[in-house]
Amino acid sequence: MAAPRFENPIVRWIDYRLPVFTFMHHEMHEYPTPKNLNYWWNFGSLAGFMLIVMIVTGIMLAMHYTPHVDHAFDSVERIRRDVPFGWLIQFIHMNGASFFFILVYIHIFRGLYYGSYKSPREILWILGVVILLLMMATAFMGYVLPWGQMSFWGATVITNLFSAIPLVGEHIVSWLWGGFAVDNPTLNRFYSLHYLLPFIIVGVVVLHVVALHTHGSNNPLGIEARGKQDSIPFHPYYTIKDMFGLGAFLTIFCLFVFFAPDYLGHPDNYVPANPLVTPPHIVPEWYFLPFYAILRAIPDKLLGVVAMFAAIAVLFILPWLDRSPVRSARFRPIYRQVFWLLVLDCLVLGYIGSQPAEGWYIHIGRLATIYYFAHFFVILPLLSVFERPRPLPLSIGEPVLGGGSPPPRGAGGTGAMERA
Amino acid sequence: MRNRLLGAALAAVLGLAVLPGAASAAGGGPKPPEREWSFQGIFGTFDRAALQRGYQVYREVCSACHSMRLMFYRNLTQIGMSEAAAKAEAANAFIEDGPDSEGEMFERPGKLSDRFVSPFPNDNAAKAANGGALPPDLSLIAKNQAAGPDYIAAVLTGYADPPEGMEMADNQNYNMYFSGHRIAMAPPLSDDLVEYADGTPATVDQMAVDVSHFLMFAAEPQLEDRHRLGVKVIIFLLVLTGLLYALKRKVWSGVH
Repeated sequence: MAAPRFENPIVRWIDYRLPVFTFMHHEMHEYPTPKNLNYWWNFGSLAGFMLIVMIVTGIMLAMHYTPHVDHAFDSVERIRRDVPFGWLIQFIHMNGASFFFILVYIHIFRGLYYGSYKSPREILWILGVVILLLMMATAFMGYVLPWGQMSFWGATVITNLFSAIPLVGEHIVSWLWGGFAVDNPTLNRFYSLHYLLPFIIVGVVVLHVVALHTHGSNNPLGIEARGKQDSIPFHPYYTIKDMFGLGAFLTIFCLFVFFAPDYLGHPDNYVPANPLVTPPHIVPEWYFLPFYAILRAIPDKLLGVVAMFAAIAVLFILPWLDRSPVRSARFRPIYRQVFWLLVLDCLVLGYIGSQPAEGWYIHIGRLATIYYFAHFFVILPLLSVFERPRPLPLSIGEPVLGGGSPPPRGAGGTGAMERA
Repeated sequence: MRNRLLGAALAAVLGLAVLPGAASAAGGGPKPPEREWSFQGIFGTFDRAALQRGYQVYREVCSACHSMRLMFYRNLTQIGMSEAAAKAEAANAFIEDGPDSEGEMFERPGKLSDRFVSPFPNDNAAKAANGGALPPDLSLIAKNQAAGPDYIAAVLTGYADPPEGMEMADNQNYNMYFSGHRIAMAPPLSDDLVEYADGTPATVDQMAVDVSHFLMFAAEPQLEDRHRLGVKVIIFLLVLTGLLYALKRKVWSGVH
């Protein structure tokens, strides 16, 4: 960790007094990174980029938006129609929320597959779950701001969930609303918090990165880097790889922004909020659908709410539910299969969440909910005991160099996560 | 509409095929038939002649009951009307303005900066004049219906006799594509109801298509800007991503 020698005298002068350049050199340049990271490791930095995009576009929108029940809807339309490039900023922000969740969900499943939550990265993982929760709160409140029909009724349904809390539930709901219904005070406080929470997310992201840089990235083999031959400096190797990933991501993102901006939204939100007309079918945004399915799978309101929050809370204790010492699913033949079952289960829950709660959908939703919790509370603890992992390579460098014991399938940065 | 094919293809790329956008066509009635629209696709643009015909249908027929509160007379210059013609169109409307220096409200001819005048002073007046049913504002109807302009054209041409045994109340009409099939709006179009300046025969279907075209414009006047900029951005990003990939290969060529 010797301080680098800077050529520029001004940089040297500043660095002697405030070592920001040394810090950046350590953390962004020479920061040793496993050399076998595949493209699934791009999603963390992509999510960070998206957070900045959301904050910048959000600040610009806030300059034109009016948080009042009589003007909110029209002010959003005014941004789309009359503010120069307002349509672009608004569509980036609106679709950006969806893509932020796509990136973060992929990032989370990557962590699940490669066991990135295991020692010594438990706090790194927990901070990630905190970020997810903050993102959900932010996205939920942001969706209310355009004050369309789904904004209003989504807010009504979700805030009403708190009335399930025994004794104090009704009081909590009135307190959340700032009145006796979702109304102007609700919109105002949601706007205020929607502006605040992203900066709190930035703070937790900083902690997330500090925790990451303490022990470095996990890698597809799930074994620790053992020396210089296993690691490469972050710059230029991962800066350029992240830049390429960013270009590919932005291409897909912009296809939606420019050519299908409303695809991920709901048409009802182009109808101004009307407390007297309930839409026939209230659905949350797609990224909440799996949790919405879990909520509705349980006949009891309070237990449904508990289950919904438990579905996320279980991630906090995941490092202690999965006791297997092996991180990467590459060397866990059974875990690799149940991982893909969990992915499938989440997709099924998402689909069920988008459908009306009737007929077979209810049964499928209940089965999928049971499986979701069984994965964490039954399958993972049992696997920790009964699964026989395949032998681990001695080091990251070894299989990549092709020497020693036979390398596991697809070793090296081939970019493809192995199929089960 | 809404580039459903493109959207579906993009969604498939991301493994989102099960998500709601595609499944949001809730409500009764068969799926509206899909029509070809010039504004579809990544190079799509509005057909100026169709927009002007559609505006004529809105002004002469729909505007008797339906407001368009998000539209300004200045928007008419975007559908190919000259500024003078748009000003003349605005001047036909009477706008309540004021208060003047005496504190009185007064009426004046419309200007380009005025919103389209609504047919009723408020929703209750609109309901009272329409047998209790509220004619929806049309500014965003092409976006707040899942099938968009296809849906508008389908409803406008979807009137028929009710099926055997279906009782209709006095102010209800049977419509194949309206949710629940009972629509308060009487069939608004009939052949030659308007006389098009460009000589296009004013069939019911033609008028329905033209007004749907215009309503899509009203819902997103900046659609052409979006497409034009989008094509440039995507080309730029493809080239940039290709270059970054080449650079990535070069930087990584020494790592094994």
